[in-house]
Amino acid sequence: MRFKTRGVLPGFGLSLGYTVLYVGLLVLLPLSAMVIKASSLGLSEFWVKVTDDRALAAYRLSFGSAFAGSLLNAVFGVLVAWVLVRYRFPGRGIVDALVDLPFALPTAVAGIALTTVYSEHGVLGEQLAKIGIKVAFTPLGVTMALTFIGIPFVVRTVQPVLEEIDPDVEEAAAVLGATRFQTFRRVIFPALLPATLTGFALAFARSLGEYGSVVFISGNMPMRTEITPLLIVTKLEQYDYAGATAIAAVMLLASFGMLLLVNLLERWARRAEA
Amino acid sequence: MSGIVTQRTGNAQRRDTQVGESLLVRVLLILVALAFLGIFLVAPIATVFVSAFSKGVGPYLAALTQDETLDAIGLTLLTAGIAVPLNVVFGIAAAWLISKYDFWGKSLLITVVDLPFSVSPVISGLIFVLLFGARGWFGPWLSDHDVKIIFAVPGIVMATTFVTFPLVARELIAVMQAQGSDEEEAALTLGASGLQILLRITLPKVRWGLLYGVILCNARAMGEFGAVSVVSGHIRGLTNTLPLQVEILYNEYNFVGAFAVASLLSALALVTLCVKKIAEWAASSRQAKRDASARALAPVRTAVSLEGIAP
Repeated sequence: MRFKTRGVLPGFGLSLGYTVLYVGLLVLLPLSAMVIKASSLGLSEFWVKVTDDRALAAYRLSFGSAFAGSLLNAVFGVLVAWVLVRYRFPGRGIVDALVDLPFALPTAVAGIALTTVYSEHGVLGEQLAKIGIKVAFTPLGVTMALTFIGIPFVVRTVQPVLEEIDPDVEEAAAVLGATRFQTFRRVIFPALLPATLTGFALAFARSLGEYGSVVFISGNMPMRTEITPLLIVTKLEQYDYAGATAIAAVMLLASFGMLLLVNLLERWARRAEA
Repeated sequence: MSGIVTQRTGNAQRRDTQVGESLLVRVLLILVALAFLGIFLVAPIATVFVSAFSKGVGPYLAALTQDETLDAIGLTLLTAGIAVPLNVVFGIAAAWLISKYDFWGKSLLITVVDLPFSVSPVISGLIFVLLFGARGWFGPWLSDHDVKIIFAVPGIVMATTFVTFPLVARELIAVMQAQGSDEEEAALTLGASGLQILLRITLPKVRWGLLYGVILCNARAMGEFGAVSVVSGHIRGLTNTLPLQVEILYNEYNFVGAFAVASLLSALALVTLCVKKIAEWAASSRQAKRDASARALAPVRTAVSLEGIAP
């Protein structure tokens, strides 16, 4: 340890000791229990458990709908951030505050509310049913729930970047004869891209593991609308600890991969700013 | 990240109308954005309250004063009452450590603190089942000593603490890093002890960030569903928290009851958002004050440095 660069304020030892102890007991010990349990399975058994048809169908649904939901959020998140930063309109403060709702609202509440909205008798579900689109209890419903969950991520990563863009650059583009759309595509969008991708990755990572808001709207039919976290719960309820742990290990690996990607993206974003 | 109170500075205020979209485009973009948020955010939250009161105030109150619901409220308050203080103490320690010192492994520690965010709530429950469940690491020892953790209150508290543990820390790290340590170092040279610096300087400085962190941590602790659902065993009246009660009532087709309980949690979420707004506003007005005093002091500093006393 390089003690020289520590800083002058007292309390280094105490805060380090307490933080490491707390993190170790609460986070590292339980997580390592899972990793050890998963690795005790043996490679061939592990492989069989994580690649059976039902698990593969669950991965496809989880990854596919998380990707679709996050993509929707990437597009509309940039739009919402743009509108909130650039325009003044009545109720802007309330709209800005409301963006964080999926972060504060319990997932079970979001789940039953979305199911009610999109069921065939719901406010929006009824209209959609008339044009032949079924949302509740289909993969589309899963995507809707994951879109809800991901809303804050893109908006909140793009917003600060958009606030920092120098208006001079846009004026320069306009003076040089660029249309407004050209300015957006060639000047503003490249500046927003790293933040947008970071927000997308954060939303995707969160959506992969999401449980509460999805289980109500998905209908939970094995092979069709069963997301991976639900499959883990199902296996646990059947006391198939090994199977649950194996699939959980795959999901954990996927989350760590996303975490790594987010870190790389943030590094890229910082370089792009500098 | 979405949870963080940030200081909104930047160029947004000095925008003029020379470069910009036509009024039509502006209105169109605003309407599309509002439609998106209306469909995905406003419709669900409105549905909660409309459904809760769909049969009037009487059935709403009756649903909330059911014995099982009251038991769930009690357990939820108990769980949050343990998990939140634990995470507040940890959050202050971790934020002090990360914002005041440079040390080897700091970025790794920040990653580990964020870990529970990237772990599925279901996995957050599963890890405690693997540790303390009947067939877990400590399972046999626990059953020999007649201690129940899984399918009991301690498991619920542990899972909740795990899921909500980065919230206060993240909030405080962001605020404390942004504010720097100048005041703390000044207090140190004047002879203040570490505890005095923490209580008299740092905590008052970060109070709004801390308040938002606590409120958010509390809302998430009371609302956690996935992790708690895995460890609780759903024993009515004993291991049922409010979100689990929502699920049970909903699956019994008691929609008024489910949404009545859900409306409590939704109100909590809305209060949380209000506190965040206030905290953001307080942070930006503090920043404005600092900028103003820096400007006022600037001539003094120049004079001092000209005399060669300060660098």
